Amino acid sequence: MLRLEKRPTPSRFWLYATPPVAVILTMVAGGILFATMGKNPFEVIRTIFWDPLFGPFAFYLRGQLLVKAGPLILIAIGLALGFRAGIWNIGAEGQYIMGAIFGASVGLAVFPTESRWIFPVMILAGAFGGWLWAMIPAILKTKFNTNEILVSLMLVYVAQTILAKAATGFLKNPEGMGFPGSRNFSGYPAAQNAYLYEPLGLHWGGVAALVTAVLAYVLLTRHQAGFQIRLAGQAPRAARFHGVNPVRLVVLCMGISGALAGLAGLFEVAGPAGQITIDFNTGYGFTAIIVAFLGRLNPLGIVLAGFLMALTYVGGEMAATSLGLPTAAIQVFQGMLLFFLLAVDVLTNYRFRLAVGAH
Amino acid sequence: MDFGGINPVILIATLMASAVPILLAALGETVVERAGVLNLGVEGMMVIGALGGFIVAVHSGSPLLGFLGGAVAGALLSLIFAALTQVFLANQVATGLALTLFGLGVSSLGGQGYNGIKPPATGQLLPDALAKLPVVGPIVFGHDWVVYFSIFMTAALWWVLKATRIGLIIRAVGESHEAAHALGYKVNRIRLMCIAFGGAMAGIGGAYLSLIRVPQWVDGITAGAGWIALAIVVFASWKPWRVLLGAWLFGGITVLQLNLQVAGSGIPVEYLSMAPYLITILVLVIMSAGRRGKANGAPASLGQNFHASR
Repeated sequence: MLRLEKRPTPSRFWLYATPPVAVILTMVAGGILFATMGKNPFEVIRTIFWDPLFGPFAFYLRGQLLVKAGPLILIAIGLALGFRAGIWNIGAEGQYIMGAIFGASVGLAVFPTESRWIFPVMILAGAFGGWLWAMIPAILKTKFNTNEILVSLMLVYVAQTILAKAATGFLKNPEGMGFPGSRNFSGYPAAQNAYLYEPLGLHWGGVAALVTAVLAYVLLTRHQAGFQIRLAGQAPRAARFHGVNPVRLVVLCMGISGALAGLAGLFEVAGPAGQITIDFNTGYGFTAIIVAFLGRLNPLGIVLAGFLMALTYVGGEMAATSLGLPTAAIQVFQGMLLFFLLAVDVLTNYRFRLAVGAH
Repeated sequence: MDFGGINPVILIATLMASAVPILLAALGETVVERAGVLNLGVEGMMVIGALGGFIVAVHSGSPLLGFLGGAVAGALLSLIFAALTQVFLANQVATGLALTLFGLGVSSLGGQGYNGIKPPATGQLLPDALAKLPVVGPIVFGHDWVVYFSIFMTAALWWVLKATRIGLIIRAVGESHEAAHALGYKVNRIRLMCIAFGGAMAGIGGAYLSLIRVPQWVDGITAGAGWIALAIVVFASWKPWRVLLGAWLFGGITVLQLNLQVAGSGIPVEYLSMAPYLITILVLVIMSAGRRGKANGAPASLGQNFHASR
């Protein structure tokens, strides 16, 4: 009989080995899933993981990687700060939507003025929108001890309703022939989040994601606030004795994650998406949760995890067009990845021992 | 006897039916949480139950088998959660979220080709003569069997948790898993069974959506019902009768806002459809305010994994 035994200290080897092992297991399980759907598993896996990097269309698809990874990394870093402190912001999707609406509203309000200050102000408005939406669960938690998981999640549905209202009502393109959706930012240079370097898919969102990763890493490893976040997550009692103010920590973590999600939303709506539509949001806020765990809640790990997850999106789209794989299969694939990650993670803190005879 | 185009008798009758999915899911989750496990995957288990129930009902032509299929589908999915948290000792919050993401993905994958099909209909349980009575007819006698089942389950769980040995064991495991372990109870095995029960209940709740409420298969059919069920468990302080109350209150709000939309009350449709979520938040605030610390009625071991070191 195998039995679990707690390790005296977490294994450093498995801390780093868990994500790759989980990815390999997911490929195997995903391959079986694709095979049962009547697809050639090797072809599908190659289309998802190899072709976007080295296949015939790689010159274009490589650029798409950063486009998809940018928002995922930006959101996941914010979430990871909270998760580390034991603060569960699950509503990043809503904060992402509100950031996009706030930012886009500023840009659309001054249409068609041309000024180089418009885009920076939109960025601020986007971050503010996300921050504001995250402050609702944060303040309810600190003032009334309300569960932040449920409140932040409920607010996703509220944000989606506001988005529908924005796309069909207050932000609707007056010259759009009655179709839902706002003006397209691609026709409004002062407010557009244009590519800085198209072959890499680099726009301001990608820059923000990479800079944020470095800043978050420094914050967590070198700064007092980062120490408090880690302490509050690992030893809540010790944190209280150390003088960590739980209220300030909740407001800080929720605020940062909300603002980052809002930024991601603004960069997306003013850039790749181009306009506010009913369904411009594509679930980045939820996928970012997987990214945060896959990156081991470590900012630099999250950058790698963000690119890997972007690969499944880009490759998944490829597999959808060339092999007819349903897009939902990719969602299942991403869910499986998180399952395997959580399962393999047991080896970080425990080891399997053969139980010998009676004890 | 109409108020602004809304008939109160019909309103009460409809709210009882519309509360069934969240009531069943919340009852299941109550047992799970009383055993000390926080399963945030209710939404995923409901949507899988909705699809599983729909597929079985369409192919077998029997709605009853459909509900059974929904229960099995929900329980099977919950076993993934059980394996991860009880065997591999994974974080319950993260695993629950993964379960929801996975369930939504699997259901939208498996549901392809089932759009636009009508499932076999479930009729009212009691004869028409009773259901046609004024006032009490629609409210008491006019429902399908699942509505009565949901009320029966409320009473049954109340009794089991309060007055039986099984209930005592479940509560012991949820309040202090160390003590329960010391008494010789298999903590993780008991929790595993509770999780499977919660999955089956969520599955039946989901199947009620796709077989009776909507009734057809739509991608993402649950639209947050699972999360609302989780909120209702908190609202109810982990007590079955209060779960019933919470679910009916919530069902009432949902039905009322739909009626107001139809009646053309002048309130924009968007604000009305936000109402259920906003009111859930409001209720959560009221319930949690003033109950800081331990006295909020939550099981003491909620969300903590148990590993027997000895």
